[in-house]
Amino acid sequence: MTEPWWISLIKALLIVNLLLLALSYTTWLERKLLGRMQNRYGPNRAGPFGLLQPFADLIKMVRKEAFYPAAASNLPYIVAPALSATTALLAFAVIPFGAGWTIYHWHVNGAVASVPIGLIVIFAVGSIGIYGFIVGGWASESKYSLLGSMRTCAQLVSYEVSLALSVLGVVLMGQSLNLTQIVDKQGETIWFIVPQLVGFLVFFIGGVAETSRAPFDLPEADTELVAGYHTEYSGMRWGLFQMAEYVNLIVLSALAVTLFFGGWHGPWAPLGPLWFFIKLAIFVSVFIWIRASVPRLRYDQLMRFGWKVLLPAATINALVTALLVVWI
Amino acid sequence: MSPQPVDTLKGFALTFRQLFKKPITQQYPEYKRPLYPRFRGRHRLHRHANGLEKCIGCSLCAAACPADCIRVVADENTPDNRVSAGERYARIYEINMSRCIFCGYCELACPFDAITLGNEFEISEYNREDLIYTKDMLLAPPAKRVPVADPALYDTPTPYYKTHS
Repeated sequence: MTEPWWISLIKALLIVNLLLLALSYTTWLERKLLGRMQNRYGPNRAGPFGLLQPFADLIKMVRKEAFYPAAASNLPYIVAPALSATTALLAFAVIPFGAGWTIYHWHVNGAVASVPIGLIVIFAVGSIGIYGFIVGGWASESKYSLLGSMRTCAQLVSYEVSLALSVLGVVLMGQSLNLTQIVDKQGETIWFIVPQLVGFLVFFIGGVAETSRAPFDLPEADTELVAGYHTEYSGMRWGLFQMAEYVNLIVLSALAVTLFFGGWHGPWAPLGPLWFFIKLAIFVSVFIWIRASVPRLRYDQLMRFGWKVLLPAATINALVTALLVVWI
Repeated sequence: MSPQPVDTLKGFALTFRQLFKKPITQQYPEYKRPLYPRFRGRHRLHRHANGLEKCIGCSLCAAACPADCIRVVADENTPDNRVSAGERYARIYEINMSRCIFCGYCELACPFDAITLGNEFEISEYNREDLIYTKDMLLAPPAKRVPVADPALYDTPTPYYKTHS
């Protein structure tokens, strides 16, 4: 259903700000949870329970000197982090967080932009975001940054294949690429985690690699290498890359909730967006839990796992689902 | 030896269990862990019981200092200006704390036990100039008190060079 453009605008503003808030508190949650899992406190100085830590970090990053390599090529060096952060935020636009409401006599959709090919939009936008990483590393005019960005892109591109294949089963079962319709279908039948368990596992592992988080955080690998593509970045430009990473994490968790866990549908009580938020928070926590528990993979292990385990599993899963959907 | 996935899951259980344990971090400025009694911190100069300085300005500490951070300028004691117990006294006694490595060699070199290393370690300053300690600062009792563990429990026996000299 269509809605007036100004409702979309208000929704977009609201969602972007909520997303930025969620992103800053994801960093807080990550540090806190990681700390507690390692018998530390995590941030506890800025405000009660360190709740003001994200703002302190933001002020620090904005005020810090934004280092600029003399040999860097001007425009790409500045545009790259902005591109990554923008595309990351953009991907959230098509994710439905509610069933849609009728307020007064206007209809309000549950997503910022309810496009018929929402799923493809997310993957397309995510692929543009990868340009930010490779351009940023290349424009820094440093061989380590360039190598880091190549490593990042090799990883992201290989895992994107399995990621896209793993959601094919969901698309076949939901018979739509529109995320709202996929969620509706799950509300009518069953959460797709049950019939699509293999697809979910592939999606989840591929997603961890796609957001380049531990144990697949080779792009950063802070204990072994300095950093990856963002070696030459500092201040808020580095902050934007970091922001892109966390927003990607949130978008991926939201996508997992939407595709496999019934979106805004809960097991009981129609709470709508609240259910969506609760599931999202659980997913983000699980990502952090993984980071606290699993050591980093070696690069060849990463590639072998991506191409020889995840890709066949995703392909077979998609084929079997297709056959079952046709025959049953 | 259990198979790999089981081990991985065990690892997840382990990290999850830690959430319900109390962190072992010591919150430093609020809680100060008692120091080892012979912890080598900020220097002190000492006086005799009658108020005269123990330091006689012999510069042996400056000679022993590997970081070369001690500066001593000696002067003669006169009957109307008697500062130390010996023939001469240290007119200038400065320690550059930004260079000191807290090795304690000055303490070993001193023939009169005039200089010792105290327990205070919170000696940060905003200026390098403020880290050059003068004789007055070193003679004064330490401004901050730090908790020190019970020497009876934690100190090592008195070293050989202190008992046999």
